[in-house]
Amino acid sequence: MAAVKTTSEVTLNRLAVVAVLIITIIFLAPIYWITATAFKPRNLATTIPPTVVFEPEISPFVKLFLRRSQLREQPTAEEYAEAPWWERLVFDGGEKIVRDGKGNVQLSGYPSRFMNSLIVAISSTVLAVGMGTLTAYGFSRFKVAGEQDWLFFILSTRMLPPVVVAIPMFLMYRWFGLNDTHLGLIILYTAFNLSFSVWLMKGFIDEIPKEYEEAALVDGYTRMEAFFKIVLPEAATGIAATAVFCFLIAWNEYAFALIMTRRDAQTAPPFIPSQVGSGLPDWTVIAAGTFLFLIPVAIFTFLLRNHLLRGMSFGAIRK
Amino acid sequence: MSHIELRNVTKVFGAKTALKNLDLQVEDGQFFVLLGETGAGKTTTLRIVAGLDKPTEGTMLIDGVDVGEWGAAERDVALVLQQYSLYPRYTVRENLEFPLKSKIRRVERDEIAARVERVARTLRIEHLLDRKTDRLSGGEMQRVSIGRAIVRKPRVFLMDEPLSALDAKLREALRTELKNLQMELGATFLFVTHDQIEAMSMGDRIGVLNGGRLVQTGTPYEIYNRPHNTFVARAVGSPPMNLLDGDIADGQAVVARSGTGFTVSGRVSAQVNGSAGKPLIFGIRPEDIRLESGGPGEATIHDIEDHGVEKILTLRAGETTLKATVPARERVRIEEVVRFGWDADKVVLFDRASGRNLAVG
Repeated sequence: MAAVKTTSEVTLNRLAVVAVLIITIIFLAPIYWITATAFKPRNLATTIPPTVVFEPEISPFVKLFLRRSQLREQPTAEEYAEAPWWERLVFDGGEKIVRDGKGNVQLSGYPSRFMNSLIVAISSTVLAVGMGTLTAYGFSRFKVAGEQDWLFFILSTRMLPPVVVAIPMFLMYRWFGLNDTHLGLIILYTAFNLSFSVWLMKGFIDEIPKEYEEAALVDGYTRMEAFFKIVLPEAATGIAATAVFCFLIAWNEYAFALIMTRRDAQTAPPFIPSQVGSGLPDWTVIAAGTFLFLIPVAIFTFLLRNHLLRGMSFGAIRK
Repeated sequence: MSHIELRNVTKVFGAKTALKNLDLQVEDGQFFVLLGETGAGKTTTLRIVAGLDKPTEGTMLIDGVDVGEWGAAERDVALVLQQYSLYPRYTVRENLEFPLKSKIRRVERDEIAARVERVARTLRIEHLLDRKTDRLSGGEMQRVSIGRAIVRKPRVFLMDEPLSALDAKLREALRTELKNLQMELGATFLFVTHDQIEAMSMGDRIGVLNGGRLVQTGTPYEIYNRPHNTFVARAVGSPPMNLLDGDIADGQAVVARSGTGFTVSGRVSAQVNGSAGKPLIFGIRPEDIRLESGGPGEATIHDIEDHGVEKILTLRAGETTLKATVPARERVRIEEVVRFGWDADKVVLFDRASGRNLAVG
């Protein structure tokens, strides 16, 4: 009887559950660590053993967004009393907020780096997925002379660790004036992701029967109209999956961002660790920056989760 | 009004020749069936007519106009495929509207609604209009496909095995429906199938394709009764025509390996006059073989298929086997020895070397 489980099967089953739990905890631990640290008071961030129970604070985020400097002398009681709540948090940490001549609060480098990350990751994802989809469609539907060679060539751009070409790329970018520009990073990440996008999308488009488009052609539509009305909606799953992968790669990229950008176009990944080096590192601020950095990816993947599940198993279930 | 003509069309895919010097004419209002095995070039022909493929050589005319350079949209043809012909994610109504919403058709909105209603009524799919296409059965899907074709009033209907994916009963029902529809619309149909029963029952004219060549074109009657060669003889009829090696000697048909001599009519023997002993193939339809006590042939009954209205017998005569269709009332047993004869007038003679019908020349 298949329904009745023997004792050894039950034991095995329980062992499996325990193993899965342990693995999950191991995977989630760093995320917990960063999240917890992002809400800790500074003096609890580096205690040994780690503090698990604490009163969460918002101060790391305030500090993350504002430009601060070390306090040379304690603020007077009046100054402290007049300061808004968020400024007091900074005072409590032994720092003060840097203001310009008119007394306006100045932002730290983080918001602009975060924006840069968004601009670069979103633009390069849109470009890589868009161009990849069109290229894949071409390869999938038309006879392209030397198709296999072209596809291999496209794939081969991924066969070498990108960092190997970092120095020549840097020199080329300097020559073109693309260093430390959004455009420069967007081009770079689009180029990284394009080959991947073409291959993935080709797989998805190959799965869509070409009869659909041919029916549309016969029904009086142009190739372009057929592509947008029929192929694109059918390929939505593939596009979503590809977009998530491209976005993750662009969002997380560190090495080139570090080499190619300095300030104007610097993205969050090289910026966050760069804060470690100046003075005593405030780990809570770094954790807050990392925590916020996680959120767009989490939202993006969450929104596309259904597509992703289908996308990952493509070819196996369809038809 | 539409008349299709393919002149000397050849289509080559890489090293494979799909069509070879094909000449084909479909008259206005005709139900033309292209019959052939898989890979015979039926679908290629259809795609060339639809404008989805370009011929390597040759001309393609609609109403006498060379449409070689026209795209699929401009040719104003409708295509129904075996499957995948409905747009997924769309409802039935959206599918039916789709061809009318194309920019080159410019149909008014009221007119679209009216036409969709009319087509839905004709095909009895009104209750399905708001359903998504993945919630349809195979038969319903094909109805909608046909609906999407007729809603447009195209010049030509192209059908690529539209009934092949359906089960037998539904296939039979839709066959009749489709034929009625074609007569009602007075439309020109180019219908592709590998099913000879479909071809025989629906076609006004049948073109038999073999290996990219059109081997015979004619009415179902001509195809059945005057096959131009052994290929056509085998392709049409169920069970197919018996093809027996033999020759004619002393005005008698001698079937090899059975030791039986049959009578032949004057018409038949005239075809071989002067060349007695020439290697031949005798073609005889199973229904033209009769069990008769005084018949010239002797055979053992090998197998009996009872079809209700008739029985199909497999006869073992010497070293050859042949099929005979006999009335159901005929009482026979397996392994029974019977005597049989054939309808001497119905025998078709083929040249054994070329397979060609001698009467056709």
